[in-house]
Amino acid sequence: MTTTDMPRKVDARPARPVRKKRSGGSATGGLRRAIAPTTLLWVLAALYGVPVLWFVLSSLKPAGDLFSLPLTVFPENPTVSGYKEAWASANFSEYFINTTIVCVIATILTVGVSCCTGYALAKYDNKWLKAFFLCILATTMLPAEVMLAPLFLVVRDLGFYNSLSGIILPALLTATGCFMFRQFFLTVPDELIEAARIDGAKELSIFLRIMVPLSRPIMLTLAILSFQWRWNDYIWPLLMLNDPEKFTVQIGIQSLVGAQNINWSVLLGGSVISMVPLIVVFLVFQKYVMNADINAGLKD
Amino acid sequence: MTKRAPDASDVSVSPPRRRSKYTLAPLVLISGNVVLFALFFVWPAVIGLVYSFTNYTGVGAFQFVGLDNYSKLFGDSAFYDAMSRTLLYTVLFVPLNFVLSLLIANVLVSKHAKGASVARIFFFIPWLLSPIIVGVLWRWLFGENFGLVNYFIEKVGGSAVPWQSNADLSLLVVVVAAAWAWTGFSMLLFIAAIKNVPTSYYEAAALDGAGPWRQFFSITLPSIAPTSFIVILLNTIHAMKEYAVFASLNNGGPGTSNNLMVQYIYQTGFKSGQIGYASAASFVLMLILMAVAIIQMMVNRRVENR
Repeated sequence: MTTTDMPRKVDARPARPVRKKRSGGSATGGLRRAIAPTTLLWVLAALYGVPVLWFVLSSLKPAGDLFSLPLTVFPENPTVSGYKEAWASANFSEYFINTTIVCVIATILTVGVSCCTGYALAKYDNKWLKAFFLCILATTMLPAEVMLAPLFLVVRDLGFYNSLSGIILPALLTATGCFMFRQFFLTVPDELIEAARIDGAKELSIFLRIMVPLSRPIMLTLAILSFQWRWNDYIWPLLMLNDPEKFTVQIGIQSLVGAQNINWSVLLGGSVISMVPLIVVFLVFQKYVMNADINAGLKD
Repeated sequence: MTKRAPDASDVSVSPPRRRSKYTLAPLVLISGNVVLFALFFVWPAVIGLVYSFTNYTGVGAFQFVGLDNYSKLFGDSAFYDAMSRTLLYTVLFVPLNFVLSLLIANVLVSKHAKGASVARIFFFIPWLLSPIIVGVLWRWLFGENFGLVNYFIEKVGGSAVPWQSNADLSLLVVVVAAAWAWTGFSMLLFIAAIKNVPTSYYEAAALDGAGPWRQFFSITLPSIAPTSFIVILLNTIHAMKEYAVFASLNNGGPGTSNNLMVQYIYQTGFKSGQIGYASAASFVLMLILMAVAIIQMMVNRRVENR
């Protein structure tokens, strides 16, 4: 037995380093291997980037040049008149302020409520907590779009019709947020809580003083996601808001599209303006979004 | 030795047991969400179900009409059109999005592809854009008289394609636009899953002489099956309730040929004030979504048990 095993092992050992050396490759071999995937990557990236690029470049063209043939890629006389016109004409600044209010308040409250719930679900053990966890799961099955009419009646009867709180409040119930915090707090060792309890800390102060600061990365991730969801919301604000003074950006833009004759210059300008906040937020907090553990049933 | 074992397990079990004596703190912590759940989930679900059996218009008195709304719904050709368009849209969107995001995720994690961290941003930005902006952007690209796409088609000698006035083509544009916009999200899930596949599998397969395709189909695809399941499920549910991209890209046009379910519910409920009827349509949509989720869960379980 041992005699037959021995030569095999000896044979196998030199074989591996040889392979590895080959796969490590010389510089030219690595380059050759990089050509196909890199080309594919950048062809795909171009397919995804060109529409946005074309859109943004078009928005910098003066209204008269938008349809002039032959089409030019780069605006010959770049101008921000479309932006100015959009900002001034369609109450855009008002829409912007409304949307910002909705996003900021909704995001703060969503993070707060989800953090509390996620912590309770992760660190306490009760029958009714388990039952509530199932309730939260159920909300992922029945999205708000499916309950448009009854949800509308409920929010109207609560007296929130045509107000920004009517947009904010129903949005705070997010299963994703609770799951994200629950998953995070499950990884926090129980000993930390036990030690604080032995030191005589009250339950809620353990939560506020130890757990909330610990969960800062999750807070930030959920905050970015929540900000994006609320910024991009369309159908619910459309139902809730009647008064043009309370419109959000998305409704404002959609009302430009719905017009009889689309003023593309204004529409392009307004659209690009509305993209800016999210792209800035994303570029600043990129690493959090990219590393987010969003496997826990992400939805809005 | 035998005495120690129960001791040790006692110690490990007792902390959770002790935790259950806390009731006030968790109650306070979840109270906010309980209120939200009751107000914005239970209440609307219950009254929605009740209203679906009435002729409620949103104001004033109403009568119970039994199953009238449901029978009327199944005789309404506009409902069938909306439903079949929604299903067609879903059947086109989900595979396209799946293939694109899986392909891109694979290229992005490949260690041979250069500049992946920069390229990732290009795939991600569309996901940030609101569906309304996505619609406007693709409307701008696929305009029949002014769009960039038709301009190029005419430049290479083709004739302008009726992207807006042909119902099937205009649906196709929305499918492509939505897949483009949603890649970033599915891609993110796939990247996380692919990175979790042990590299030793690939090394072993490479030693056995398996090429990249064989490695993908024999290792990557089976290893990320749970993520594939989540991606398909979330994309299906997302597609079934799509509305905003249609609203801004072609407004369900030409005419009403691309009205989807949510648009149908919105129009019957809020434009024509038939809350009872719209509630019935909502419940049909909900049942379909639940059926989709249950079927996919069953399939998933069978695949995982194999």
